[in-house]
Amino acid sequence: MRFSYYPGCSLQATAVEYDLSTRAVLQRLGVELIEIPDWNCCGASSAHSLNETLALALPARNLALAQREGVDLIVPCAACFNRLKTAEKVLREDPIKGEKIERVVGFKYEGGFEVRPPLDLIGNLIGMERLHSMVQRPLSGLRLVPYYGCLLVRPPEVVQFEDPENPQLLNRLLQALGAEPLEWSYATDCCGGSLALTRGDLAKILVTKLVSKAREAGAQAMVTACPLCQVNLEMRQEEMPIFYFTELTGLALGIDENWWGKHLIDPRPLLQTLGLTD
Amino acid sequence: MELREGVLKVGSPFLGVVNQRSGQVTQLCYHCHKCTAGCPVAFAMDYGPDRLLRMIQFGLKEQVLCSSDIWICASCETCGTRCPNEIDIARVMDALRQMAVEEGLPTKERNVPLFHNLFLSIVKRLGRMHEASLMGLYKPLSRDLFSDIPMGLKMILKGKIPLLPHRIKGNDEVEKIFERSG
Repeated sequence: MRFSYYPGCSLQATAVEYDLSTRAVLQRLGVELIEIPDWNCCGASSAHSLNETLALALPARNLALAQREGVDLIVPCAACFNRLKTAEKVLREDPIKGEKIERVVGFKYEGGFEVRPPLDLIGNLIGMERLHSMVQRPLSGLRLVPYYGCLLVRPPEVVQFEDPENPQLLNRLLQALGAEPLEWSYATDCCGGSLALTRGDLAKILVTKLVSKAREAGAQAMVTACPLCQVNLEMRQEEMPIFYFTELTGLALGIDENWWGKHLIDPRPLLQTLGLTD
Repeated sequence: MELREGVLKVGSPFLGVVNQRSGQVTQLCYHCHKCTAGCPVAFAMDYGPDRLLRMIQFGLKEQVLCSSDIWICASCETCGTRCPNEIDIARVMDALRQMAVEEGLPTKERNVPLFHNLFLSIVKRLGRMHEASLMGLYKPLSRDLFSDIPMGLKMILKGKIPLLPHRIKGNDEVEKIFERSG
């Protein structure tokens, strides 16, 4: 299987362990990734807050680069994924705005490829059964709450992912890895990531609530697919490690690359208690 | 919400502009309060999303555009996902922010638009984000110099905040996108 790859800015900085683990896991699963050359920032929350055309054109340049590769585009960052899907929807469905964006970027959208998060690639295209069959080190005894956050699941008509109120893919993936995903009611509640630096006081309130609800559910850690959630959740509390689902997938598949040291809250003591790492 | 004396009529010119810019039909809101009930940050807003929609219906332009709500909104999209009238309220918030900036209206949440402006100025220059540059600009300009500094240093030590910026090759294309987007 061959896919193009858009890491996005976070995965080269605050979320470097998400990039490392995504690449390692997909390679192990037999996926070839081609990073689209010379990609640019998707504009994130800042572009759509200040300038609608810019908020569509910045991700559209990346769609133009991906179109040349002619294969589906894998986007691990939930925020980038959301912005690329938003631009894709406009290019596909809104002839007036779409044409304007094409003019601004200087390309013609022809489509023929899908934008996918790695959770979709692993869970749906590769499949949980195949993933399960490749597990070498089941994550037995690891009690986790799946945390989807906002941008991977909403707005549903843009991201076309799963039931926005009760997504299940992460739960099923954790089961396939032999871990124990727990039920809780906060899997798609916002962590305040977009206010992490400007209104840290508000982000702290939201993070404190999520972590206390995760504890209440019996979790030892939270599992996310969003680099903004992960950094915000580890910045604003000190007790509960926050995993990327790809890190745990890598651990279960027997990949020994060590990205744990990148965490602000070191997850190794927890993994060592369960005999999952040295 | 304090409404001044006089006739309040639904269907103001302001409502028309907000609808046009957001692509939403805001007068469809019948105030079921579902958006505000699910909003994670409504507790910190001046009004909350459903009251803000009512104020748009009444044409209370200045109060809406100067409210903290438009900058405190975390763009989590919970409101629009649950709205029974399919109003994508996050798009309304985007339109209101853009109008507030264009009109140069004051806000007590000045650090949020400041952050967005600095973020985009770096993307325009480099084609990508560079966190160290962003923090170097944002911290003094926001007059919030010291919060999160130990955390920032920890991230630098862990190699999570590269100190040297990287400019993409096609940065002239990105600059053109900024110019053409106005």
